[in-house]
Amino acid sequence: MRAQNLRGALCAVLVSTLTGCTGLQSALDVHGGPAIQLYQLIMLVTVVCTAVWILVVATMLRAIWRRRDRRDDPLLRDPAMERRMGLAVLGAVIATAIIIAGFTAASFLTTRAIGLASADALSIRVRGLQWWWEVTYLDATTGATVTTANEIHIPVGRNVRLELESADVIHSFWVPSLAGKQDLVPGRHNGLTIRAERPGVYRGQCAEFCGLQHAHMALLVIAEEPADFANWLAAQSRQASIPAEAEAAAGQQLFLSRPCASCHAIRGTSAAGTAGPDLTHVGSRRTIGAGLFETTRGSLAAWIADPQTLKPGNNMPMVPLSGDELRAISAYMASLR
Amino acid sequence: MTQRPTTTDADLDNSVLADRLERTWRTPKGFWGALSTVDHKIIGRRYIITAFVFLALGGILAALMRLQLAQPEARVIGPDRYNQIFTMHGTNMMFLFAVPVMEAIGVYLVPLMVGTRNIAFPRLNAFSYWMFLAGGALLWIAFALDMGPDVGWFAYVPLSGPQYGAGKRADIWAQMITFTEVSALAVSVEIIVTVFKQRAPGMSLDRIPLFVWSLLVTSFLVVVAMPSIMIASTCLILDRLIGTHFFNPAEGGDVLLWQHLFWFFGHPEVYIIFLPAVGMVSTIVATFARRPVFGYLALVMALIATGILAFGLWVHHMFVAGLPRLGESFFTASSMAIAIPAGIQIFCWLATLWDGRPSFKTPLLFVIGFIVTFVIGGMTGVMVASVPIDTQVHDTYFVVAHFHYVLVGGAVFPLLGAIYYWYPKITGRMLSERLGQWAFWLVFVGFNLTFFPMHILGLQGMPRRVYTYQPEMPWHGLNLFVSISSLILMSGFLVFFIDVIHSARRGLPAGPNPWAAPTLEWATSSPPPSYNFLRLPIVRGSNPLWEETESLTVGGGLSVDRREFIVSSVVEARPEARETSPGDSIWPFWTAIASSVMLTWSIFSPWAVVWGSIPVAIALVGWFWPKGTPEEEA
Repeated sequence: MRAQNLRGALCAVLVSTLTGCTGLQSALDVHGGPAIQLYQLIMLVTVVCTAVWILVVATMLRAIWRRRDRRDDPLLRDPAMERRMGLAVLGAVIATAIIIAGFTAASFLTTRAIGLASADALSIRVRGLQWWWEVTYLDATTGATVTTANEIHIPVGRNVRLELESADVIHSFWVPSLAGKQDLVPGRHNGLTIRAERPGVYRGQCAEFCGLQHAHMALLVIAEEPADFANWLAAQSRQASIPAEAEAAAGQQLFLSRPCASCHAIRGTSAAGTAGPDLTHVGSRRTIGAGLFETTRGSLAAWIADPQTLKPGNNMPMVPLSGDELRAISAYMASLR
Repeated sequence: MTQRPTTTDADLDNSVLADRLERTWRTPKGFWGALSTVDHKIIGRRYIITAFVFLALGGILAALMRLQLAQPEARVIGPDRYNQIFTMHGTNMMFLFAVPVMEAIGVYLVPLMVGTRNIAFPRLNAFSYWMFLAGGALLWIAFALDMGPDVGWFAYVPLSGPQYGAGKRADIWAQMITFTEVSALAVSVEIIVTVFKQRAPGMSLDRIPLFVWSLLVTSFLVVVAMPSIMIASTCLILDRLIGTHFFNPAEGGDVLLWQHLFWFFGHPEVYIIFLPAVGMVSTIVATFARRPVFGYLALVMALIATGILAFGLWVHHMFVAGLPRLGESFFTASSMAIAIPAGIQIFCWLATLWDGRPSFKTPLLFVIGFIVTFVIGGMTGVMVASVPIDTQVHDTYFVVAHFHYVLVGGAVFPLLGAIYYWYPKITGRMLSERLGQWAFWLVFVGFNLTFFPMHILGLQGMPRRVYTYQPEMPWHGLNLFVSISSLILMSGFLVFFIDVIHSARRGLPAGPNPWAAPTLEWATSSPPPSYNFLRLPIVRGSNPLWEETESLTVGGGLSVDRREFIVSSVVEARPEARETSPGDSIWPFWTAIASSVMLTWSIFSPWAVVWGSIPVAIALVGWFWPKGTPEEEA
């Protein structure tokens, strides 16, 4: 167990150093059950298709360069040749039909294998908004909810059922290393099962064009050992910590007195806005701005100072703050761990 | 029976006949003459040139996108402008270039290939061109004013709906649809009637050139598919303009309804573009392999089968929208089934090349490039048809690569080949063979270097329609490579355009049949006279100019004093009647102006439909005012 933990941590570190803080996002680098099955199917079809393509092109090249008799009348036919070609075309068509029938069966079986639901699936609600993700965990026994944003923690080796909803336009949830994508459609309730076989950070981003900042609507799925996951969830369930340092405390006062609180919620304070992400534990999240930057005090300050330059068109307005105020608020944000 | 015509072509010798026919059919000189003409060749030429202008404009947009995407987090173009640019690129290429250019070539060639003197409903044809031009102008003027649509060429609600699509951008997109669909529907009806009722005597269904068959099937596709998008775009305008709730789930509307309506049109749209290209390929292969295309009947059946299957595939654009999985599997099967008619066509062309004696002129080079690239597009098409694979590649650069392989490899390559092939007929001059080979190799190599890496980008997780990507993503190298490669592709198109413009004046004279081709359009001078054929041909086989090498059998008995042509029966093309083709008229132009004003105004006020319809009605009365010529004589 410890060794596994260590390997997971090492893997996460490796991943984050190789690709920045964002982790994997590739249908070719797969770490979850559904994505692995999809990868195998993609490879199967690619190999067969490549073989067929080579065959077609080779036939064409042969047709172009083969020796032929001099014959001037374009209407002169050789009946034996016509018959041979007829048989060749027929054979090729039958082969085509067999191959696509095989593909159809293979894709049907893959769909069925992926679709097999598991009873112990953990359920998480993911709501898409322009241009970020709201993530809600529901504790079935107490009925309490934990809301976070742009970061989904899941336990390794367990099926996780995502309940996908949209608050505005159509988005699409896609973490290719774990599973295929699924749209979030207003007025509909879609679902997607994901699963991570190994601990790690898996990046995803919105795949359905959703307006100005469709390009900056990323999220991270962080797969952890069940114990780590339980710890994380317990930490997230707590209310925001009361700032210890003077600067952060001043930041809290500013946050609550300025427009910030009308859009953002911080559990344990009077801030209860719902238009923007819940910030109760924003300091513990790896990125801000839906995958835009790694969370640091500096990036928090930069974001708060001028969100419209960093992510033009997003729904967070620029709130005029003095340098001291900005420092205080960013200190407070960073302290919300 | 009305009175007999005073003179028929049977009474006159060739030189006198040419003179008399020219007087009857010619387009009057001058500005008003140009606006009034109903000559399918003049209108077809305008259509083709306009569509290629839109191709060039769309290409510039593509270049801008590649400039922005060459570097991560580049700030060359902001998100707002970028979204307009990719929406314009798609909309422009689909609605203003690809569909119109295919129909335009049909407008020019179908009457010549079936051996008649003008297209059916020539005034409708004139009207359709003006509507197309107005729709294109609406879209591009809006873009120039920073009002270009920014919701994607598919304009998914609710992003394009009243709540999220601010301003008039989405309305302009939706109304542009109306313009181009009206024109496409008009041309389709003309082509269907021309093919069914105006074929040369003897050109029974099994002797129709394959290009004409392909346009006939295409036209039926347009007639069935386009109403769906017109309903959708009209409902969208209604949602936006007068607050209906067709697509608003909060009021009982449905977001996915839009997608069903859009793709019920949108998928056949691909075949509306692709099938004429298939016809071009069959034509070019036969001429340059020097033998009739192998498997004529199989090819015709494949065209029709593709046309029918085209309507059973639309859901494969919606595999990740959350529809029931079992139903989706049906659409996987039907989408894959289209590989069968596509395969039949490829195999028949290969057989034709195999048995023929191919001569590698530019048109055939483009066909060979077509086979190499289109087969890749077909293969990736099989992949996106599979529900599970699609859940990974949908809305990624893989799909961008896929449909460019199908639309550029599958339709633009044959189109360029077709331009090299028919340019001599249209202008009377040859394109340069040397520049043609350069254009081919630059386009072919540039295209593959540009678009093949996009498959990999998509599998590496790069979504479509993003105006930028972050530096930590591993996509930078390939994107830069793609952007640089696109310069090769664009230089190929540049060579093509230079050749086309230069050869219009300086090209070698072509003569009536420079390729020794078998079909009827080569039986008349290049460019053809206003009346197309001095004496209307009579057809005795599938390859008239190969079968009757000395001189073509011709018919007689048509009046030379008015625009008469032969109406023939649908199946066997037995002559049934003489009919008079309408003369030039300015009214289609005024009708198009009045309709354009009404449609554009209605973006801003529903009252436009009330007041704007009055000038339309007046123009239509002018258009249909009785002409006093006998309509038909059996």
